[in-house]
Amino acid sequence: MVTSLKEQPLKRQPVYRNIHVTDLTTYRLPPAGWVSILHRISGAAMFLLLPFTIWMFDASLTSEVSYEQFTAVFSSGFAGLPGWFWKLVAFALIWAYLLHFSAGLRHLWMDATHEVGLAFGRTSALVVIVLSTVVAFALGFKLFF
Amino acid sequence: MSTSFGSRRLVVGAHYGLRDWLAQRITSLLMALFTIVVVAQVLFGGRLDYYRWSAIFAPQWMRVLAFVTIVSLLYHVWVGMRDIWMDYVKPVSIRLLLDIATIVWLVGCAGWAIQVLWRL
Repeated sequence: MVTSLKEQPLKRQPVYRNIHVTDLTTYRLPPAGWVSILHRISGAAMFLLLPFTIWMFDASLTSEVSYEQFTAVFSSGFAGLPGWFWKLVAFALIWAYLLHFSAGLRHLWMDATHEVGLAFGRTSALVVIVLSTVVAFALGFKLFF
Repeated sequence: MSTSFGSRRLVVGAHYGLRDWLAQRITSLLMALFTIVVVAQVLFGGRLDYYRWSAIFAPQWMRVLAFVTIVSLLYHVWVGMRDIWMDYVKPVSIRLLLDIATIVWLVGCAGWAIQVLWRL
């Protein structure tokens, strides 16, 4: 049977696009994908917290008096927020720094050695996440207790 | 003839699009060096109080290293934030506005950090 072109249903090629925001809850990322997005999130977070970091640098170094004020923020609070809140911010900074640092080393290693296979990508991504999280929580423990 | 493309590109050449990519990696190494130097001095040397902490930043070479780190941070974060805006913000006007805000934010922060460093 011959059908005219007009009657034939057009078979469309599948179109692949970037995932939509609503896909985020069901989309399963491989470890390397997690490292990638965490690298980005931790970088952006540190960018936003930059004034807090420089304030810590400033207060802790300028004088003995400002050093006392610096430590007081984490014990008796600041700007109406309790000390534990500022410890939590510092903990977030530490975690972000460690993640960003180790994910960056992974990048540099890949750039230098051209070791970009699936297996290495997966293993190194898991090492980055586990190592930075373990060290962050160890330092966090020291910070809070 | 030696190859000058792919992974063998001449990165100091003009407009390969690699300059920022390379700068981000070099600045990351400088900041990593600073991190290691500071952490090593904090870990080894007994209980940390104001005097030991401020003594770490007292030598001239340490201030120079900290200064280099601050300038590295400025460039590194600029490339990173610009990448983020380029990926998620499509309208040129909003992207330009965010770029400007990023520059103001970063230059302001770097100025503050450098001021802290040199008045010690």
